[in-house]
Parts: sequence; C-alpha cells; structure tokens
Amino acid sequence: MSTGFFNELWISKVMIFRGIYTCLFVSFSAIILGTLIGICVGLSLTYGNRFTRFLARAYTDIIRGIPVLVLILTFYFVLSVIHINLSALQAGITSLAIFCSAHVSEMLRGGLQNVPKGQTEAAKAVGLSFFQTFLFVTLPQALRQILPSWINTAVEIVKGSTLVSLIGVVEITLVTQQIIGRNFLTMQFYAVAGLIYFLIGFSIERTGKFVEKKVAIK
Amino acid sequence: MATFSVALGSLIGLVVAFALVSKRKIFRILSGTYVTVIRNIPLMIIILFIYFGLPDAGFTFSEIPSFIFALTIYAGAYLAEVFRGGILAIHKGIGEAGMAIGMSNLQIIIFIKIPILIRSVMPALSNNYISLFKDASVAAVIAVPELTFQTRKINLETFRTIEAWSSASVLYVGSCFLIAYLLRRVERRVAIPK
Repeated sequence: MSTGFFNELWISKVMIFRGIYTCLFVSFSAIILGTLIGICVGLSLTYGNRFTRFLARAYTDIIRGIPVLVLILTFYFVLSVIHINLSALQAGITSLAIFCSAHVSEMLRGGLQNVPKGQTEAAKAVGLSFFQTFLFVTLPQALRQILPSWINTAVEIVKGSTLVSLIGVVEITLVTQQIIGRNFLTMQFYAVAGLIYFLIGFSIERTGKFVEKKVAIK
Repeated sequence: MATFSVALGSLIGLVVAFALVSKRKIFRILSGTYVTVIRNIPLMIIILFIYFGLPDAGFTFSEIPSFIFALTIYAGAYLAEVFRGGILAIHKGIGEAGMAIGMSNLQIIIFIKIPILIRSVMPALSNNYISLFKDASVAAVIAVPELTFQTRKINLETFRTIEAWSSASVLYVGSCFLIAYLLRRVERRVAIPK
C-alpha cells in the first residue's frame, strides 16, 4: 500500500502545488485587503463621530456574528442575484477579506485605546497635530500590541480558505477531494492536506514570533 | 450538538491544560504537540478526515457523531490554551496552602485550582464558545442538517436566494448575541469580586 501511496502522491504533485498556490493566493489577498478595510473601520470606530462610530460598530458586530461559511455562501449566491457576478475566486476572497476586516478593526480599536493617555497628551504638549500624533505616537505602539492577534487572524484566514472549496475554488481541500475521487486513498490524502495546512500555519506563527521579537521595545 | 461537543471539548481542554503545565516532560511534549497541530489544521480537514478517512482504518461513524468528535478535538485544543493561561495566572501560594492542609495533588487541582481557574478565564472562554458555535456551520459539508445546510437546501429548492441567506445571517447574528448575553450574565455571576 505504501508504494502505491507514494506513487499516487508523485502523480498528483502538480495538482497539489497548484492547490497550495491558490490557497496562499486567496489567503494573502484576503488578509491584505481585509487589513486595509479593517484599518479604515477601526479608525472610524476609535476616532469617528457618533454616526460613523455607530456604522462601524454595526458592521463589526454583525460580521463577527456570522460564520465564515455563511458569509462565503452569501456572497457567492446573493450577489449574483442582484447581478454582481463575482467568480468563485473573487467571492471567496471578498468574503474572507470582510471577515478579516471585522477582526482587524476590533483589534485596532483595542490597541489604540490601550495606548496610555499620557502619550497623546505629551504629543499635544510638544505641538504635534492630530495626524502626527496618530502616525508617530499611537499607531506604532498599537501595531506592536496587535501583532500577536493579527498573526492569529492570519492563521484563521488560511484555515478559513478551506471553506472556499465549497463554492468551487480549486484549493488544497478541493484538490485533495479530486485526488481522492481518483484513487480512493482517503485517509492518506486527507492527512497530507492536514500536514500542508499545518506547515503553512506553523510557519506563519513562527514568522510572527520572530517579527514580534524584532520589533519589541527593549 | 455544538453544546455537546463544546462541553466535551472543555473537559479535554482542562485535562490537556494541566498536562501543558505539568512537571513531567513527556506530558508537556504530548499535549504541546496536540495543541499546536490541531490549532494549525482547518476544522474542515479534521471533519473530512474523520468522516471519510477513518472508515479506511476501520472506524465508521455516521454524520453527527463524527462531527461531534471532530469539533470536540478542535475545541479541546483551543480551550486548552485558554485554560493554560488561567492556570499560570493562579497565585502559587494557593496551591501551597492546599498542600499545607494535606490535600493530594489531584485534590488541589479539583477543589482549588479548577474553581478559581474557571472563574478567572470566563471572558476568554465565552469568546471561544461563540466562535465554536459559529464553526459548527462547517458541519454542513458532511450533510449534518443544521442551519447552513438547511439554508443551502432552501436556496436550491426555492431560488429565494436573498431571503434564505439573509435570514440565515440574521439567525446566526441573533443567536450569537443571545449566547454572548447569557455568557456575560454567567461571567458577572461567577466573576471573582475585586
């Protein structure tokens, strides 16, 4: 059985690599897009006036209350009804990005509010404008603080990218299912998929730890 | 279903958490591997592995037990991390006090550490419970008839896409808020007075 398994693994290597590529592509674009949106929402959550704050709060709370799977299926099916035809890939990336943005905005708000008040007051005292204070004083400190949870979210997104296989994006999970459909080595190939995800997640975690150590205030 | 596996997962999480901080190295290594590996593997892969993969090895489960099994394993790893943080936060003197009045190690853990632990990690715990509740939606993949699966079915049968998905979303948001509210009440009830 073991020679058969390695033979099958060798045959399907191109498929698997293509799956890994799609998975990474989806995850990274979702993380980057989501972080950008999340920063905007997080800023309006912290500094906005009452109206924008209310909007941002509603957005974050609602998105955080919906499972990723429902979000993905909703984007894929509902948007096409109102004639916004996203491909499966686009719908997957968008929904993961939106999921990511809700988490990032909440983290950013926490990070910004945790910067001691004396810091902003000191910045005001030396005559920095609001934007200067934000850019040079609060943001760098907040970013350091949210880095660990941001890394966690990144791993979550990579794991969430398995769910886009359900709308037909050919990433690792769907590739695995296709391979299994051909050779029926169910357990082995799911184990392979698990191993690949583990390696991706683990390396993101390690890189995160490394960066954390690099940027820590001594 | 989610409740059942979350409860089981909490138990596993507790045991694993004590193994994580145990003095024996072998326990630490075993539990550490379990937590890191499971936390880095997507829930869906675990579910598919257990539902489709394990029958190859001679263990066959039907949909619901295999899903409960998967979610339990998954929950155990996450909750172990939460509990570990709580154990480390317990003051050392408390355990020593237990030793001083002659309790065994197990007694100290059951009667002293766990009650304190649960009260102090309650906020983090309820966050995790809510996300596990949401993760239960993945069960739709192996045709467990829960909310997501039913919505998909309704969508396909009636083509009322917008209605189906928005009501599923509303239901999820609503039940998340409800759970959050209930857990916050529990939190306030059991919080250690300052």
